[in-house]
Amino acid sequence: MNKIERINDFVIRFCNVNGSGSASANNLFAKAVFRLGVPVSPKNIFPSNIQGLPTWYEVRVNEEGFLGRRGGIDITVAVNRQTLFGDYQDVLPGGYFIYDSTKPLPENFRRDDISEIGIPLTTLCNEAFSNPKLRQLLKNIIYVGVLSFLLDIDLSILTGSIQKQFKKKPKLAEPNIKALEIGFSYTRDHYPDTCKISVRKSDKLTNEIMMDGNSAFALGAVYAGATVTGWYPITPSTSIIEAFEKYTNTYRIEEDTGKKKVAIIQAEDELAAIGIVIGGSWNGARAFTATSGPGISLMSELLGLAYFAEIPAVLVDVQRTGPSTGMPTRTQQSDLLACAYASHGDTKNILLFPCDPRECFELGADAFDLAERLQTPVIVMSDLDLGMNDHVSAPMQWESGRKYDRGKVLSADDLENLKEKWGRYLDVDGDGICYRTVPGSHPTKGAYFTRGTSHNQYAAYTEESSEYEANMKRLLVKWQTARTLMPSPRIKIRDPEYTIGLIFYGTSTHAAYESISRFSRDGLEINSLRVRAFPFQDEVIEFINQHKILFVIEQNRDGQLRTLLINECEIDPARLQSILNIDGLPIAASFITDAIHGSNLTTIPESLQKQNKTGGKQ
Amino acid sequence: MSHAHPNFRHPKQPENDAGYTRRDYEGAISTLCAGCGHDSTTNAIIQACFELNVEPHRVVKISGIGCSSKTPAYFLSRSHGFNSVHGRMPSIATGANMANRDLLYIGISGDGDTASIGMGQFAHALRRNLNLNYICMNNGCYGLTKGQDSATADRGSASKKGIPNPYESIDLCELAIELGASYVARGFSGDKKQLVPLLKGAMAHNGLAFIDVISPCVTFNNTASSTKSYHYVREHIETTNTFDFVPLQQEILTHYDEGTSQEVTMHDGSIIHLHKVDSSKDLTSRQKAVNNLEKEKEKGRFLTGLLYVNPQIEETHDLINSTLYPLNTLTEEDLCPGSEILDRINSALR
Ligand SMILES: Cc1ncc(C[n+]2csc(CCOP(=O)(O)OP(=O)(O)O)c2C)c(N)n1
Ligand code: SF4
Ligand SMILES: [Mg+2]
Repeated sequence: MNKIERINDFVIRFCNVNGSGSASANNLFAKAVFRLGVPVSPKNIFPSNIQGLPTWYEVRVNEEGFLGRRGGIDITVAVNRQTLFGDYQDVLPGGYFIYDSTKPLPENFRRDDISEIGIPLTTLCNEAFSNPKLRQLLKNIIYVGVLSFLLDIDLSILTGSIQKQFKKKPKLAEPNIKALEIGFSYTRDHYPDTCKISVRKSDKLTNEIMMDGNSAFALGAVYAGATVTGWYPITPSTSIIEAFEKYTNTYRIEEDTGKKKVAIIQAEDELAAIGIVIGGSWNGARAFTATSGPGISLMSELLGLAYFAEIPAVLVDVQRTGPSTGMPTRTQQSDLLACAYASHGDTKNILLFPCDPRECFELGADAFDLAERLQTPVIVMSDLDLGMNDHVSAPMQWESGRKYDRGKVLSADDLENLKEKWGRYLDVDGDGICYRTVPGSHPTKGAYFTRGTSHNQYAAYTEESSEYEANMKRLLVKWQTARTLMPSPRIKIRDPEYTIGLIFYGTSTHAAYESISRFSRDGLEINSLRVRAFPFQDEVIEFINQHKILFVIEQNRDGQLRTLLINECEIDPARLQSILNIDGLPIAASFITDAIHGSNLTTIPESLQKQNKTGGKQ
Repeated sequence: MSHAHPNFRHPKQPENDAGYTRRDYEGAISTLCAGCGHDSTTNAIIQACFELNVEPHRVVKISGIGCSSKTPAYFLSRSHGFNSVHGRMPSIATGANMANRDLLYIGISGDGDTASIGMGQFAHALRRNLNLNYICMNNGCYGLTKGQDSATADRGSASKKGIPNPYESIDLCELAIELGASYVARGFSGDKKQLVPLLKGAMAHNGLAFIDVISPCVTFNNTASSTKSYHYVREHIETTNTFDFVPLQQEILTHYDEGTSQEVTMHDGSIIHLHKVDSSKDLTSRQKAVNNLEKEKEKGRFLTGLLYVNPQIEETHDLINSTLYPLNTLTEEDLCPGSEILDRINSALR
């Protein structure tokens, strides 16, 4: 048998039962690799269920820093009897299958192209620990000890992590460390020189952090000064509010009174959640909500109100697999059209596309500035993969002394000193953005009536067609202004001939860059455009115009970004080919590479095509 | 179109203690049908604000959609107003109130807006005891969409279309008491003498005050066969009590015989005096309040007046322990942990 033999480059999959406490053990493993300076990307693949169903935790370790899903499993840790056979089959030839040998493997498990590593996890655990509740958790820790030996991870890294984790309860650290040692020594005694895959300390990661996107967004909201939140629980967005609450409990407590400088309201549904955001923003606070696809559908009417009455609102959509309830615990990028055009009538909303935790923090914070500057809803398009999985990311940054851009709000003094007649919807600056006022500011000036019905420049009800039209057209002027304020796309030109261009966004980014780098290794340079915002800037259109062959990579069925590009930039549809992943799992580089190979590349010179065909072996 | 009132001022218009005339509390001229009950309710709101010396710009008016929800344009033109979408006034009001707890919030809704499309938001604003004066202008029909029966239309009542309503009606006051509103009253737009003090009591109340105001729709539901017509309501009204509202700092001059009145001290120190109460009608008991309503209903009568009050309850801000400062006044210094702390957070994530 040809064992897989690699350093710092493999995929390991943990096969667990959900609700069995495996998450913290699996996390311990990923964190250990991270602390050794090696790029690592763990992904939870879990069911919509609380207890008893299969769940997988797939960790990719990659020295080169490719953090997308790779596909293929080199090492499996199989502790779920329900899925044992499938998990066994999934191991790549030459790979390793670690299982609980307290019960022997059934007869039909007959592969001679993988290494089976049987560890009597249950027996070892029951012999060492008596507390039945702890047993279940510690059994998971034992397999981390097993991996520590097999992959040459210094045990002290793991024990250090555990000590850190239980800093406040050192008594709990003890059995955990003991469990690690049990796994380590059993494997040392029974499986020396078995595993040819190892983790070695690297200097690849120096300054990076490891964090989930939802926590990063929540922290961004704290930094941006969000004070009002209405929300309704829905996976995968709930942990944003949980993290927000946690951070505000630390950073938003009034010293003298212990009272909170935030109002978090668990609403009765998503209509109320966005209503709370709109009411709060209208009244001069920074407000946001977090939801997923079904919530977006419910919020649509109120989003239109915010668009038309010009009220700031920040909303994060942590997308999951639709339509309807779909696969609620799987990832997708399939709410672009629903969000971009959420609500009836001519409504368009601003979208931001973060690709990692650092951007969740930064674009999350920027969303508040943009919403107030533009007086309109801003939707941050995250997804389950980004929101709920830990990602290695550049650290979050906050420029010290950064001021909030509260946009065009007239203060009491401004109102007092007004020379001209003020109109809530009067475009005095010509940028489509008008001046607003906040209730209670001035005794006699600045009061107006906000409405979702047609209004004139002075906020009075109107059914005068010309006034209605003028207002709708001014909103388009504002939309043009928005284009100039959006975070710019990330463009990388590697091929000065502009032959092939890839367009992608959000969590398709990592896999796309990996695919590009494989093509580059094989001699084919590909340019890329990472979209970070809607409306699209001129650079986006220019990039499209420059290139002969264009692919748009997305994680949805209908090519929603492609549709937006065609629709908003008047691009010839024939120019944009889609690469679409819709299996509910994060997109893999191999998927993109294969798709480019399999596509109709007739417009590329013969020589290039050949290089293509030889590229990308994964 | 809304029109401004002519801008001349009668030289001798009386001013209230805050220095405002009644005109300062008015709004644009109403575009509702002549005789619409909602307009009388609007007038009562103007009167209550005038008498209570509220500063107009410290009031926020929020509504849903309907003829009733248009009325915030017709009172307090110096206040910010927000005519939102159908049935969602409570959530907009919740957000606004969370942003600034220092203003006086008046939420206007209709029976369609509240008892059907907005039932969920109605229930939950009550449950959280939001500091809001929730006024439902109840005409038993959908005025703006031309007179369909609403969920508060009584069984057997027939509007202009002449078809008796076959369904049970929802009593919003009973629901409000059960759902946690801390001040519940029913008024009649045709009885301003009762309605104004009810509104004043509501405004002095700290928490959710729900007032169901029977406001007949003259165009679609003022028929002989309707139980929400002016005529029918006048014939069948029953009052719990007469009612004195004594604002804080005002001396109590009237003498009340023992056993004939109940005194309720409001959060701000104002006092409500109820006359002619018998002890079985203790208004601070939820159970008795609901019983009172049911008893009168059995007799085919509407019970109006103050139905229930619990002045000592905590409102939403108290329940979530939020700061006493309006959240919308906090700045970077108050809210942003700063870059040094971010460095520390980053380190902990390594
Ligand atoms: C989502 C939505 N559905 C339906 C309507 C149409 N609509 C406007 S007002 C109204 C009913 C209003 O009834 P009510 O709240 O009792 O107010 P009234 O006009 O009787 O004062 C309806 C159904 C709407 N505006 N929005
Ligand atoms: S239709 Fe009825 S509720 Fe509407 S304004 Fe006319 S009378 Fe009033
Ligand atoms: Mg009605």
